[in-house]
Amino acid sequence: MLSRVAENVYWLARYLERAENSARLINVNSNLLLDLPPEYRPGWLALIDITGSRELFDKRERRVEERDIVNFLIADLDNPGSILASIRSARENARTLRDVLPNEVWEHLNELFMQIKEELPVALGKRTRFPFLRRIIRAMQTLTGELEGTMSRNDAFTIMTLGRNLERADMTSRIIDVRSAQPLSADAPGFGPFETIQWLNLLKSLSGEQMYRLSERTRVSRSAVLEFVLRDRQFPRACLFCLKEAEHALLELPRSAGVLGVLEGTCGFLANAALAKLDQPGLHEFIDRLQLHINAVHQGVAQTYFPPRAEAGTQSQVQFLSDERQTMPLFSDSPAP
Amino acid sequence: MSIDWTNYCASGLHDELIGPGGGARVAGRALIRHLSELGSAEIGVRQQAAELAIKVMGVTFTVYHQEDGSIDRAWPLDIIPRIISAKEWNRIAAGLKQRVAALNHFINDVYHAQKIVKDGVFPQHIIASSKNFRASCVGINPPLGSWAHICGSDLVRDKDGTVYVLEDNLRVPSGVSYMIENRQVVKRVLPELFEDSAILPVDDYPSQLHEMLVALSPRRERLPEVVVLTPGIYNSAYFEHSFLARQMGCELVEGKDLAVHNDDCVYMQTIHGWRRVDVIYRRIDDDFLDPECFRADSTLGVRGLMRAWAKGNVALANAPGAGVADDKLVYTYVPDMIRYYLSEEPILPNVPSYRCAEPAQLAHVLLHLDTLVVKPVDGSGGYGMLMGPTASVRERHQFAAQIKAAPRNFIAQPVIALSTVPTFVDDRIAPRHVDLRPFILSGPKTYVTTGGLTRVALREGSLVVNSSQGGGSKDTWIVDMEA
Repeated sequence: MLSRVAENVYWLARYLERAENSARLINVNSNLLLDLPPEYRPGWLALIDITGSRELFDKRERRVEERDIVNFLIADLDNPGSILASIRSARENARTLRDVLPNEVWEHLNELFMQIKEELPVALGKRTRFPFLRRIIRAMQTLTGELEGTMSRNDAFTIMTLGRNLERADMTSRIIDVRSAQPLSADAPGFGPFETIQWLNLLKSLSGEQMYRLSERTRVSRSAVLEFVLRDRQFPRACLFCLKEAEHALLELPRSAGVLGVLEGTCGFLANAALAKLDQPGLHEFIDRLQLHINAVHQGVAQTYFPPRAEAGTQSQVQFLSDERQTMPLFSDSPAP
Repeated sequence: MSIDWTNYCASGLHDELIGPGGGARVAGRALIRHLSELGSAEIGVRQQAAELAIKVMGVTFTVYHQEDGSIDRAWPLDIIPRIISAKEWNRIAAGLKQRVAALNHFINDVYHAQKIVKDGVFPQHIIASSKNFRASCVGINPPLGSWAHICGSDLVRDKDGTVYVLEDNLRVPSGVSYMIENRQVVKRVLPELFEDSAILPVDDYPSQLHEMLVALSPRRERLPEVVVLTPGIYNSAYFEHSFLARQMGCELVEGKDLAVHNDDCVYMQTIHGWRRVDVIYRRIDDDFLDPECFRADSTLGVRGLMRAWAKGNVALANAPGAGVADDKLVYTYVPDMIRYYLSEEPILPNVPSYRCAEPAQLAHVLLHLDTLVVKPVDGSGGYGMLMGPTASVRERHQFAAQIKAAPRNFIAQPVIALSTVPTFVDDRIAPRHVDLRPFILSGPKTYVTTGGLTRVALREGSLVVNSSQGGGSKDTWIVDMEA
């Protein structure tokens, strides 16, 4: 497979996964807001930080209100991490991949982008938002299923698997971060009863409640949930599971020894962390470092398989924010359409 | 609402489906009966279904549009097909094969001994002044002696029913993917017609193309690596490049994916490393093919590609330099070429043409500008022409000055009253002018598409069929009446 095509396939998978997880991210925050008493509500601005798009958001001179923030995260085409922009980028990548992808995948994605763009103006309202986001999640799952069910297990498929799992690991960590952005812990006076509800919400937003109960057979608690969504080896949205899937994919690919080394380091970092001992700020810092590790794996993939940056004529937009939180922005260094 | 064909009136013109009295022509009888049964309201419903199918299938041609990333337009298709009987088509196909054979002899001759010049059939000065003559191709022997492997010739039918060749596109002709997709769509929306007519299939083209490209490979021992070279996603024909790569199961590459290494062979960059390429179906003009040899500022091509080709390490289709015959002044000599190289009489006539390069003919053209169409010899897409009968005196005057300044650059032809086909416009059926572009493949054998791409001018009375200028298209049926 051509190096350029490998890059496009990789980003197609990442953008599809990103659109889905951004929808999950917004849903988990919506639910937190509904479940918490006013004085504990985290608000919406946290999502801007978690997606690493604070700088861009401030430049857009939007108001710090639910409506503007949600619009920025869902529908703003100038925000490369927004759901609509992700689907558009997926479509633009797919357009260059029509010789590689099953036909119906392209047809579906093309149709989906046009439909979603049309529905958006109505879909942003408070009441319509939830079903709309659920529909996005379902559509992305369908697309992933179509690829799974109709595409040969060739290099393109393997690279998609790699891209999807790196993106999923990264986004799961961001979704966990939504919860950790809420600085209060169970010790805060009067907060206790709400603690469980929040971790339950986190599981639900990852479609993981049922699987959690099946595997943990215990009540929902902070440490058990963190263990499950970060380190479970069977749940397909758990970070470690995703990294292991990425590892399997890399083993199928040629010349992967170097990247596999970086990935091993990432898995080790995740596996050895003392999760139970992390307080809220500690958890947040851990997640930031995990994202840096995942990014290092991405850089290794890019160096091994993609055309050199200068030649591709696009400039990397990966940047570390200067503030001490060091939140990784969502990448958008896909070959510009 | 049923359709009244007696008021359809294609007065003074040849209609492909309806005869002079308002009755259907033989090959179109089943279709016309069916359309009448459907009525125009239902035809409108089917037309809408077709447009939706095209949108969903993503059949597009590209127009750059910055906003919201939508850079492609849905391909315009009118669902009422154009029909030609298999018997007539066989004669046309034979004429096209003959023509392309002569053109390939001619190109090969131009880059070798130029016998046709020495024998006084073709003037040397036309080659010397040709924009598309490539000195770097002199003396080169491409595989099978074939230069124009893929040719798209434009055919038109005049009011007396005669089919003429209007031009031969020998550089990077496009449109064949739309021919195939049009059929897919029309099958979806008018399925009942395919059940009871013997409509010949069109989808064999990609395998024929692949077989021809494979035959050009310099390496015989293994299945050759064939690639399609595209200028990229912003090219107006990108959809087609991708379509053909997909249909042939080969890589769609851009110039930056390829490199010529020290061994003068071409390689592509893959996740496994560099991999040798044997045959390139290039959809990039000569000018941009190799910055080492042609335009130095080209970023679309591959440095050293001409070296690799000249050494026979890679095959290019079409061969560089083939465009020397894609010149409307050269076109006027094709009937002579057929007689000269093949010792046959041309089966298909040229549109009668005046060569402004010849003083006597130039004088005639200048005197009769108000009845003629004047065309630049290297133009395409319908640009830069003078439509004498509809031009103003001032426009004719200005054009005359252009012609006198560079007579080599123009030919003139009488206006051909292109034939019409019933077309669904503004909720009713009306006659609209069409042409036809079949595609001819020249490899170990010669293959002609079954029919071709019918283009239709959607504006009433318009003769401009180019999709870049608001033209549409039709499915083209070759119907076997004996079946």
